[in-house]
Amino acid sequence: MTMPLYASAEQVMRDRSELARKGIAKGRSVVVLTYTDGVLFVAENTSSTLRKVSEIYDRIGFAAVGRYSEFESLRIAGVRHADLRGYQYDRADVNARSLANAFASLLGSIFTEQIKPFEVEVCLAEVGPSYGTDQLYRNTYDGSIFDEPKYVVMGGQAEAISNALKESFQDDAALADALRVAVNAFDAGSPATNGERSLEVAVLDRKRSRRAFRRIQGAVLEELLASTKPAPAAEESAEEPEKPAE
Amino acid sequence: MEHNTHTGAALPAAYLTPGTSSFVDFLRAQAPELLPFNRIAPGARPLELAHGTTIVAVAYKGGVLIAGDRRATQGNVIAHRDMDKVYVTDEYSAVGIAGTAGLAVEMVRLYQLELEHYEKLEGVTITLDGKANRLGAMIKGNLEAAMAGLAVLPLFVGFDTDAPDPDRAGRIVTYDVTGGRFEERAGYHSIGSGSVFAKGSLKKLYDPDGDQDAAVRTAIEALYDAADDDSATSGPDLVRRIFPVVITVDGLNGALRVADETTAAVSEAVVADRTRG
Repeated sequence: MTMPLYASAEQVMRDRSELARKGIAKGRSVVVLTYTDGVLFVAENTSSTLRKVSEIYDRIGFAAVGRYSEFESLRIAGVRHADLRGYQYDRADVNARSLANAFASLLGSIFTEQIKPFEVEVCLAEVGPSYGTDQLYRNTYDGSIFDEPKYVVMGGQAEAISNALKESFQDDAALADALRVAVNAFDAGSPATNGERSLEVAVLDRKRSRRAFRRIQGAVLEELLASTKPAPAAEESAEEPEKPAE
Repeated sequence: MEHNTHTGAALPAAYLTPGTSSFVDFLRAQAPELLPFNRIAPGARPLELAHGTTIVAVAYKGGVLIAGDRRATQGNVIAHRDMDKVYVTDEYSAVGIAGTAGLAVEMVRLYQLELEHYEKLEGVTITLDGKANRLGAMIKGNLEAAMAGLAVLPLFVGFDTDAPDPDRAGRIVTYDVTGGRFEERAGYHSIGSGSVFAKGSLKKLYDPDGDQDAAVRTAIEALYDAADDDSATSGPDLVRRIFPVVITVDGLNGALRVADETTAAVSEAVVADRTRG
């Protein structure tokens, strides 16, 4: 490419940030939250094969928003890193922290060195032995890393969803309640009825012996959603759907 | 392109390139020194290493099982009394190993990871035939070591979730040292030093329409017969309470190790029935 005559470093960084932020804001959102038995991932995703949420290792899960091809290559690198580490040392020696650091340094170097930054935001979650010991790491496009104690919101309507979640998040909630909180938070971001919203749901269940990751889909998901559906009378308070759902 | 073994602080570029979903291929490119095969010095001679021994597999109505004795020998010495030679490799498959123990255990570990790695990267599990072929490829990779006396031979069993008839979906696959893959359609098979005796026993006792309990009994009878005539195979050890390991694979429960209490009870029944009053 042709080099510009002069651009200040500040200007270049700002432009790249803006590009990445715009790219991420176009997509739908992902919520990752802790509940009694582990970590719950809820993503708005119309595809049932191009996943936003997936398994990295026994106790580690991955969720991402943004450009699919870019976070997919991060996911593959994460699985390779974790599997190699576990094979060289022991399965117990693989942890989300070291992987989150590796993602951060990779995203950071791409952000500063490449022409275009990755338009992604990634959450790595590791389920611990008891409630309160789960770890959630959020990696942003510029290589920043955040350790979130209870929940992570990423993607298009992150701010609105985050605000809703701040109000409604319950400590030590059951799975169905946590899922309801997440779905209600999505409704605050962009209104849609449950039937219309296609959700990708998965958990890291600390009660499972080795591989904690489990997808919740099909009939099981329907049942779980139905079990916490608010009574019809309460539903009228939901936002009127005048804005078209994205 | 070099891999980073100690820090994990950075991800090498090769990790990000799309390409193989095979962990073995990835390891071959990134860290070939970690592969269990291809590290034989030229001119290596057979060493006195621990060896694994008799494995039996029995297909039954609705599934298949694999069972192994617990002894590893080093020449005329018993090296281990409570070794596991059969392993669950993924949800619907299990592997039993005969041959050089150290190498065999490492190879099973790599094979388990190979299946899991593919499943995670691709989001789907490999078909049963694909799994059997991957195992064959790994054995093929070990040919050089096998020529130097460090052979590893697996026996593979799995439940074929795509099979038209679930009653007959339990399958048994054997290998030779070149990685050649052979499907056993008779419904039973055995490998290892005691396999001749175990197979003779299976031939007489095998019932293709038997249920799981009958198949567990048949397998333990066969292992008893192998131990009876082969010094490198252990029989039920009533003194130390060490009994054969049995793994069943069926469509409902997947691959599961049979509870130690069950194998102990069946083994005791076999011993009791054969005790002369």
